[in-house]
Amino acid sequence: MPNTSLRGWGRTAPTTARVLAPRSAEEVVAAVTAPGPRGVIARGLGRSYGDPAQNAGGTVLDMTGLSAIHSIDADTGRVVVDAGMSLDTLMRRVLPFGLWLPVLPGTRQVTIGGAIGADIHGKAHHVVGSFGNHVESLDLVTADGALRTLTPDGEDAELFWATVGGMGLTGVVVRAVLRLHHVETAYFTVDTEQIDNLADLMERQTQDDELYAETVSWFDAVTTGPHFGRGILMRANHATLAELPPKLRANPLKFDAPQLLTVPDVFPPGLLNKLTGKLFSEAWYRKSPTRFGAIQNITQFLHPLDIIGEWNRGYGPRGFLQYQFVVPLDRADVIRTVLERMTRAGQVSALNVLKRFGAGNRAPLSFPKPGWTLCVDIPVGPGLNALCNELDAIVLDAGGRHYLAKESRTTPEAIRRGYPRLDEWRKVRDAADPGGVFASDMSRRLELA
Amino acid sequence: MIDAVGNPQSLLLLGGTSEIGLAVIEAFASDRPLRVVLAARPSSRLDEAQARLEKLGCAVEQLPFDAKALDTHPAVVGKAFAGGDVDVAIVAFGLLGDNEQAWTDVDAAVELAQVNYTAAVSVGVLLGERLKAQGHGALVALSSVAGERARRSNFVYGSTKAGLDAFYSGLTEALRPFGVHVTVVRPGFVHTRMTEGLKPAPLSTTPDAVAAVVVDAVRTRKELVWAPAPLRVVMSVLRHVPRVIFRRLPV
Repeated sequence: MPNTSLRGWGRTAPTTARVLAPRSAEEVVAAVTAPGPRGVIARGLGRSYGDPAQNAGGTVLDMTGLSAIHSIDADTGRVVVDAGMSLDTLMRRVLPFGLWLPVLPGTRQVTIGGAIGADIHGKAHHVVGSFGNHVESLDLVTADGALRTLTPDGEDAELFWATVGGMGLTGVVVRAVLRLHHVETAYFTVDTEQIDNLADLMERQTQDDELYAETVSWFDAVTTGPHFGRGILMRANHATLAELPPKLRANPLKFDAPQLLTVPDVFPPGLLNKLTGKLFSEAWYRKSPTRFGAIQNITQFLHPLDIIGEWNRGYGPRGFLQYQFVVPLDRADVIRTVLERMTRAGQVSALNVLKRFGAGNRAPLSFPKPGWTLCVDIPVGPGLNALCNELDAIVLDAGGRHYLAKESRTTPEAIRRGYPRLDEWRKVRDAADPGGVFASDMSRRLELA
Repeated sequence: MIDAVGNPQSLLLLGGTSEIGLAVIEAFASDRPLRVVLAARPSSRLDEAQARLEKLGCAVEQLPFDAKALDTHPAVVGKAFAGGDVDVAIVAFGLLGDNEQAWTDVDAAVELAQVNYTAAVSVGVLLGERLKAQGHGALVALSSVAGERARRSNFVYGSTKAGLDAFYSGLTEALRPFGVHVTVVRPGFVHTRMTEGLKPAPLSTTPDAVAAVVVDAVRTRKELVWAPAPLRVVMSVLRHVPRVIFRRLPV
């Protein structure tokens, strides 16, 4: 059996595994019940930045072949869908029915299974919570080869919530029932505000957040001095039909999401440096002047990076990491401290996303909890390790934690501290998978399972 | 696992008292505590090495290993992997020998060849098998510039390193499809116990400097490195110098 080298979206730490592409739940069962000495893990579209969808020396199930929609109920918003389908495809299929996925992360190129495994969040978290909150039931192939249907409040609720955010380590999700929202149009009415420093940006984001369905801010960590952390606060609600200009009213549920270009795999290391970072930040800031009530489509508002395919190649062959953490609301000071440390260490992060989370859910390993979450992109290079270790200490001391879907380099200890319910999760996982069939590079690296 | 910024979690040193090998472990351990297996013949020097690494926060295990006892190698390598994956394995054992004795005394010559070449090949095969199965990992082999062109003053040692170098260079290619990264390291004259009392060659270096080269090579998955780096150019020239001139050079 040939081996395939796999990496995450950050293009770091490649390892090889035997990749199988099951076409049915039965084929998943067959793979799970013949796991070999190094186990099995499911992989979707490979958008996790680190190594949760790799399994060195073992089996990796490429789930993208399992991608059918079984039913759509336009009235109740219930859809039954296979785990390998991408959010992008699902949205295209359900929008004509006036249905909307309540949780959309920064890219639509993730699978339903991945969205459950990482319990992903989006710009609407403060209102709708994370992905697991919208799953009515899921079908999980467990280590014994059984296909179990789990619900959030049923008999197997513990396993359901261990699977939500469980990074694929409880089993393989093959199908899910999701509850979608109703919308009149596929557009947003967007309020954009340019705010010229970090303190004001955070202050402004704290006010009126509940009036908007989606809020996020992008800021610039390259500019120093009094304009340190200047940024753009973007907040939006779903546009009603009446709010659309006449031109768009003819086809209000049109899915407007072009991919204009794909980045070739030719970039040298170090292309993203202080100069290009500065240019990018400036352009990003300038393109979004303060403006209220603008009508924008999905790509403009939610997924500006989806216009460019394979944009991660722009970081060159050494790859990059995305550092995302959450700290409690009363430790908003950490955001500034982290940015200052990064700037002092000479690290350039061109794209920084800051958001205020709402309440978390019941999943022991779910990342979101009430607080501020910051996400920065950093190219891999000298000094990065020391900086990240320093940031880890700041974040953990403030009662924060790391997002496993982005994580690629921290210690088992950091995860234990950030996720105090890790042992509770382990108990459920160990009961469902006593032989340790499900394993990934991440589970070995962070000693999760 | 080796993480996104190149930190390993576990390390196996074959030749557990090798100064270069230990310097590599210390360099990695300065970023993160490691699980370390030191494979060597039991000695007070090995105990000291263990104590030093434990002070850095490493969990250290000693594993009795005699390079000359070839038939024990499979069991030793098996035990080295008993505690879990090995992220970085370093083949660092070797003898320098006395060249004048080695080319005139058959026992001395055979001992050098067995330790430096045969034993290195033996563990190379066994490590390759394990690393291939685990689907990831780095394998570092300490070669020498002495293997690049045989010198009158050091050719028996040089010949053994030439053999090791060729074997591990080939192993680099053989293990590549399995996610295993092999690095062949060619140090020049390194100030260690092994070279004590010898006249240092030009561009001489220290174990710590070699370690820095090795750590960088593992992190960036380089397959062949010289320590110090300028030796690459120097050796490239020396390899092609005509013999009549080469034998007159003070190297």
